[in-house]
Amino acid sequence: MTSIRIDNVSRWFGNVVAVNDVSMTVGPGVTGLLGPNGAGKSTLINMMGGFLAPSTGTVTLDGVPIWRNEQIYRHIGIVPEREAMYDFLTGLEFVRANAELHGLGAAEAQRALATVEMEYAQDRAISTYSKGMRQRVKMASALVHEPSVLLLDEPFNGMDPRQRMQLMELLRRMGAEGRTVLFSSHILEEVEQLATHIEVVVAGRHAASGDFRKIRRLMTDRPHRYLVRSSDDRALAAALIADPSTAGIEVDVEEGALRIQAVDFGRFTALLPRVAREHGIRLLTVSPSDESLESVFSYLVAA
Amino acid sequence: MYNATVARLTYRGLLGRRRAFILFGLPALLIAVSVVIRILVGADDGTAGSVLGGFALATMVPLIGVVAGTGAIGPEIDDGSVVYLLSKPVKRPTIIFTKLVVAIAVTVVFSAVPTLIAGFVLNGNSQQIAVAYAVAAAVASVAYSAVFLLMGTLTRHAVVAGLVYALVWESLFGSLVPGARTLSVQQWSLALAQRIGAEGAVSSDVGLPTALVLLAGVTVAATWFAGQKLRSLTLAGEE
Repeated sequence: MTSIRIDNVSRWFGNVVAVNDVSMTVGPGVTGLLGPNGAGKSTLINMMGGFLAPSTGTVTLDGVPIWRNEQIYRHIGIVPEREAMYDFLTGLEFVRANAELHGLGAAEAQRALATVEMEYAQDRAISTYSKGMRQRVKMASALVHEPSVLLLDEPFNGMDPRQRMQLMELLRRMGAEGRTVLFSSHILEEVEQLATHIEVVVAGRHAASGDFRKIRRLMTDRPHRYLVRSSDDRALAAALIADPSTAGIEVDVEEGALRIQAVDFGRFTALLPRVAREHGIRLLTVSPSDESLESVFSYLVAA
Repeated sequence: MYNATVARLTYRGLLGRRRAFILFGLPALLIAVSVVIRILVGADDGTAGSVLGGFALATMVPLIGVVAGTGAIGPEIDDGSVVYLLSKPVKRPTIIFTKLVVAIAVTVVFSAVPTLIAGFVLNGNSQQIAVAYAVAAAVASVAYSAVFLLMGTLTRHAVVAGLVYALVWESLFGSLVPGARTLSVQQWSLALAQRIGAEGAVSSDVGLPTALVLLAGVTVAATWFAGQKLRSLTLAGEE
């Protein structure tokens, strides 16, 4: 059992507060660190990885401080966001160098490359790799010593869907093995698909924490706004307002559209097409008007 | 204290990047100039002294030192790849010491050795001039490597800072303000050359004991400080 504990941690750069009095414990399993860009995710991960000192508070691994303690890296594997990684080496040379720095050898390097399925390109220079291949070699370098904690900063950035699925599968497996896996992302769907536990940070503050389903319910239960255009807006509005899943409908004459506020997301999405069909109304546009991540987050912060 | 893997990565980084051209170019220039002078002027101790002292020791050694010293760590800190060295259970001072050894080796090979060759080409080591300047270059390589390695950990503009020190402080200030010469790696190493060369062949503004103490002190202090600096190296995110 290995867990990272963040205790009343703040971090500021000059007069900018990047992380504001955050406390959380990251334990075994896959945890998603979710937040919009600039929320302080990288700052938190850098502090957990020992590359940044907290301005106040403590960051510990099973009670041992992480800052200025290189022995901690026997237990932690890090997949940084930045791309640079000794591009003049081949994938194999790179992973092997990482193994050697842990006091390990060629066998461990080969095993790590097999885990990320990069053996086929291991003898090519890293400078010729695609972004997804780089990401996998970075993973291999972090896994070479079988760490109990794995920290990944925006690992899915720039990956194509297939690579994304492979990496998710790998991280899920590591979580199931009882390792502590923490990854940051600003994309809700990634976190939803992978994490069993999530921590949400917004503007440097710890906005929500817990089981994903609970937070997802918070997110889906919030009022949703839709912009709908149809062949008969007024008839559609009359039929919809009769149902308790809608809280308000505005006929926007200038736009030629309906602005609908739905309170029961699940029920409304089933209701709309059914009502339209029953009344012989054609739906021309159905678009959520506040699905931006920021609005989801701001709702969470308020909740 | 020495980590072979760190050394291998550092060597490949230093000799593989574009800046390696400077490492090969300057010594080649020195030897070419020496060959031309020998053919045109013939063997002359005075000319040999001014080429080795004026170009080799005053310009080439510090430049190679800047390239090797800052290049041994600066680019890795700059592009973030140093993460892969730092996220390992390897003591940070060990990383610095290893990189220092590599920087010294590269500087000696690309500056002291060519100085020796150029000296033999110029006057066949008459009055021990070739050996004296080569030893001075080797000793200066150690101190320059340590100082510029430290600069590499301190600032993103280590190359510029190194060039300013090497060219403005040592060359310009040293020729205008006599006192500045006491605080010059070049003068300290010349003190050693003065001892090795024949009477009056080489001269320095600093006495040998002072020079040796300062050389050793600067090297040790810079290396220690760089190690401490690396222990608390902060990596800023891309945000």
